[in-house]
Amino acid sequence: MKIILNEEALKWAKEVSEMIEQNIAGCYQCGKCTAGCPLAFAMEIPPHEIIRLVQLGRREEALNSHTIWLCASCQTCTSRCPKNIDIAGVMDALRVLAYRQGQTRTEKEIALFHKLFLKTVERYGRINDLQLMGRYNLQTGRPFRDFWLGQKLFRKGKLRLTTPPIKSLPEFQELMKNYREGEEEG
Amino acid sequence: MARIGVFVCHCGTNIAGTVDVKYVAEEVAKEKGVLISRDYKYMCSAPGQNIIKDYIRLYKLDRVVVASCSPLLHERTFQNTVKEEGLNPYLMEMANIREQCSWVHKDRVEATQKAIELIKMAIAKVRMNEPLYPKRLSIKRQALVIGGGISGIQAALDIAMVGHPVILVERSPSIGGRMAQFDKTFPTLDCAACILTPKMVDVRSHPLIRILTYAEVESVQGYVGNFEVKIRQKARSVDMSKCTGCGECLQKCPVRVESEFDLGLGKRGAIYIPFPQAVPNVPVIDREHCRYFTQGKCKVCQRVCPGEAIDYEQEDQIITEKVGAIVVATGFDLSEPTEYSEYGGGRYKDVISGLQFERMINAAGPTEGHLKRPSDGREPKTIVFIQCVGSRDESLGRPYCSKMCCMYTAKHAILTKEHNPDAQVYVFYIDIRAAGKNYEEFVRRAIEQYGAVYLRGRVSRILEKDGKLIVRGADTLVHGQVEIEADMVVLATALVARKDAVHLAQMLGIPYDQNHFFTELHPKLAPVENVTSGIYLTGACQAPKDIPDSVASASGASVKVCALFATEELIADPITAQLNPALCSLCKVCQEICPFGAIKEEEVTKPDGQMVKQMRVIEGVCHGCGLCVSSCRPGALTLQGFTDQQIVAEINTLASSF
Amino acid sequence: MKFAYYPGCSLHSTASDYAQSITAVFNCLHIELEEIKDWTCCGASSAHVLNPFLSTLMPAKDIWQAQRMGLDILAPCAACYNRLRLAAYKLKEKEKLRRRVAQILKVDGLIKVKVRHISDVVINEYGLERISRHLVKDLKGLPVVCYYGCLSARPQKIVAFDDPVDPQYLDRLVNTLGGKSLAWPLKTECCGGSFSISKKEMVLKLTYELLSWAKDQGAEAVVVDCPLCQFNLDSRQGEIERIYGRTFSLPIFYFTQLLGLGLGLGNKELGLEKMNVSPFPLLEERNILKR
Repeated sequence: MKIILNEEALKWAKEVSEMIEQNIAGCYQCGKCTAGCPLAFAMEIPPHEIIRLVQLGRREEALNSHTIWLCASCQTCTSRCPKNIDIAGVMDALRVLAYRQGQTRTEKEIALFHKLFLKTVERYGRINDLQLMGRYNLQTGRPFRDFWLGQKLFRKGKLRLTTPPIKSLPEFQELMKNYREGEEEG
Repeated sequence: MARIGVFVCHCGTNIAGTVDVKYVAEEVAKEKGVLISRDYKYMCSAPGQNIIKDYIRLYKLDRVVVASCSPLLHERTFQNTVKEEGLNPYLMEMANIREQCSWVHKDRVEATQKAIELIKMAIAKVRMNEPLYPKRLSIKRQALVIGGGISGIQAALDIAMVGHPVILVERSPSIGGRMAQFDKTFPTLDCAACILTPKMVDVRSHPLIRILTYAEVESVQGYVGNFEVKIRQKARSVDMSKCTGCGECLQKCPVRVESEFDLGLGKRGAIYIPFPQAVPNVPVIDREHCRYFTQGKCKVCQRVCPGEAIDYEQEDQIITEKVGAIVVATGFDLSEPTEYSEYGGGRYKDVISGLQFERMINAAGPTEGHLKRPSDGREPKTIVFIQCVGSRDESLGRPYCSKMCCMYTAKHAILTKEHNPDAQVYVFYIDIRAAGKNYEEFVRRAIEQYGAVYLRGRVSRILEKDGKLIVRGADTLVHGQVEIEADMVVLATALVARKDAVHLAQMLGIPYDQNHFFTELHPKLAPVENVTSGIYLTGACQAPKDIPDSVASASGASVKVCALFATEELIADPITAQLNPALCSLCKVCQEICPFGAIKEEEVTKPDGQMVKQMRVIEGVCHGCGLCVSSCRPGALTLQGFTDQQIVAEINTLASSF
Repeated sequence: MKFAYYPGCSLHSTASDYAQSITAVFNCLHIELEEIKDWTCCGASSAHVLNPFLSTLMPAKDIWQAQRMGLDILAPCAACYNRLRLAAYKLKEKEKLRRRVAQILKVDGLIKVKVRHISDVVINEYGLERISRHLVKDLKGLPVVCYYGCLSARPQKIVAFDDPVDPQYLDRLVNTLGGKSLAWPLKTECCGGSFSISKKEMVLKLTYELLSWAKDQGAEAVVVDCPLCQFNLDSRQGEIERIYGRTFSLPIFYFTQLLGLGLGLGNKELGLEKMNVSPFPLLEERNILKR
């Protein structure tokens, strides 16, 4: 990798800092986040390097990484960072940026799962396992994934086929529809 | 009627670039009492000063105003100038038209106007200046050194060498400090005790040094040259004049408690000396754990003592001494290795601190120099050292670097490998700070010659399983997590200020920073001096410091002490508070508000024989801050050189220009 | 003691045994729960992963509903607890956000109700002392390991009600019930949570480590208080055994199920039959329960 650094490149670092309301420059790459991350074994770019990429303005590498999608938000990194940086928060921000720009190719299935989750909730007000699983399996081309598990759960009464009716569902749906693709900060 | 001369400085273009100095000089000449008013390029230069002197002579001036830079810079200069011409130096006032005018404004018209107003205010004040005469104070040429570590020892030796008596006070039963706990010192790997004990013996045998161990400073009153200190000599329960240091009592004492010196890794008796080379070599009875003092039983030590030196009736003594200077050498503490819950939080016995490791590998230590796991006593084959535990950590409120850990960890790595060449040594670091002489080479030796594996990354978690410690860290240089199964983990904990540092600082009246290290007078140019005259700082109580720097600072502080003692008498600044007892209502707000303890209540015998209480300003301690003056409701206090009338005159002058 | 009950989506499906045991236990202890009418999903991981605003908006709706009921919220699911609590915190700290959300939901500004985790309510507030007075059965020294999961521990300042690395509340409950809680270091390590469907292999690896460690420690069961963790450790246990070639047979109890056993409640009420790894061999062997 050869990195060309100039004012233009470093602008993005500032933008991300402002978005998460933290000073990314505070990270001194001690690696404690990477050391304790339970999912780091699956990440091609460990967490501390994602922060480094942001510091150097490497937008594409950061947004196209698997890392930001594999973050489980368990907050182990954030709780131990000696510079009080919310690393999990940085992952959230980068992931949201990637999603809004349609850059979900790196981990299509994860993005799809979450999207379907929200769609299902919008439709029923609560999760409907069958609907969610059914659609996810179909859209990922594996209709029989977890089939036996699903069967077992159903027989034990741990899989609902329906969701109880919710009186205020229309208002809820209106809410979801208006804000599900929004760019507002949370 | 005052005869005032005004001198307006250009300061090159610093002032003249923004302020029209010629016009200013002309305008202020119109003020009442101003006989001459002129400008010059560099007032502080020799020709500039000569101009002032010539004009004082020619016009028989008795008040001078110099409009130039900040008094912080040249007040002394111009005071000396007028003094040379026979004028009391306090009849000179400065108007700061540089830092407070030309350097902070851009508009020429406004800046010029402001300069005129500032000088007019100074003129109004100087009219009322009275000659002030500095007090001359005597100096008691005896020094007090608080703390008997290497810094205190060096300071005591240096001051005594010049011929002044020194009192060395040490809280623990022996001098020696942290160095006595170390095994070897970097980068030479000299044995710490071998290089320290000769100095300790020098201190003991020096006729001018009086050592008080097991003693603490209880109160400090007074001011530079004239401190009165009360020292509590705690009761050793052993008569020092009779004890021969034979050690019989130590062997026979049945009590076993954790030794502070060994940081819990070893035990000592209730009667003990902290380490074999203790100076003085006289034991101390820890009354909280002694069977005689807690239960009324035992008394074995008294029975076996051949010199009849045990004295259970001994009591604490308060020793009062007068000293002219105090050197603070109280050293440092280490942060708790149990601070991080993710490193075990104290639950894992085999996770120890760097200093505990030092005690372990010391041949005179609790394990006689053998590395033994505290849990089962077995020899550890794989040791993981973690640097920066507690330092450089904003989440703990401790963002600073402790300076020593990189070096002593490298030392520990080397010592481990020397002890057992087959041992596996891993060091987790973030940066290597090895800036001293031969330090970088030392760390490289640990890696290249001794084969310690250095991993660049912090450790996130230590887990314990089946008696082994699983260390989960990272090596950022290979982008990954690193997991090591270790037998022992050593945490390089942070150097922190002593727990009671604040208490001592308040007792001495010296400032301290947010980390409770004592603050030096100037971080670059005056690292051993203090804002409080007569008190000097040395060693790690001022900031994390290694042995060579501590010794250097001790010698530095000693020179300052000796320089103080070399002056015949002290000249005290006369800008001090003045109290009129007739107006004083004895409400004592001034005493409470004074940050320096310069106002005291005392009993005075009046001419008619009556004893009355009166407040008195101790001029040697008074810094002239003015807090008491502004808080005195009856107006009994005034500040010489800054009276209420003077300040009101300045305000009136300013107001009249609107 | 009365709370606005926010069950969360999983309590009605994959964690219906949890729901059953909660009802049974709370009845026994006389803690009243009034379910929030028309409650909707808190957004769980998905909202916060894709849409930060939604991740505050969705829980906010339920929080204000509880406020209208005038009751603090009790959440049995650690994920819901985490999201609700975070939302409440953000709405309190960020004025702009609060005003925007309040405007959208057409509600009044300030939030006055608290979001409580079920374990905190039962173990800390109701208290082990009171619980011990109701106990009729003893767990006979059953060695278990308590797995707390990450969502009720971090971010520490906002959600934790015990030490975030070595919490003790479940351990204290187990010991009160006569069981033996074993010390182990993975109490709040992440199990992989919401990746259970989309990145199953990661979850299997993480839960394998948890189960291995628990077994090596000598545990015969695991106690949890989070439906997501229970699902991963229980429903996927068979799969883990097959892939990694190690048998565990560790029943994964909800803490309310064990508590219910101590209170003398039956297996039907506590939903024990719904557990994937059957607890009955263990319970029968230890003479705690006969089927």
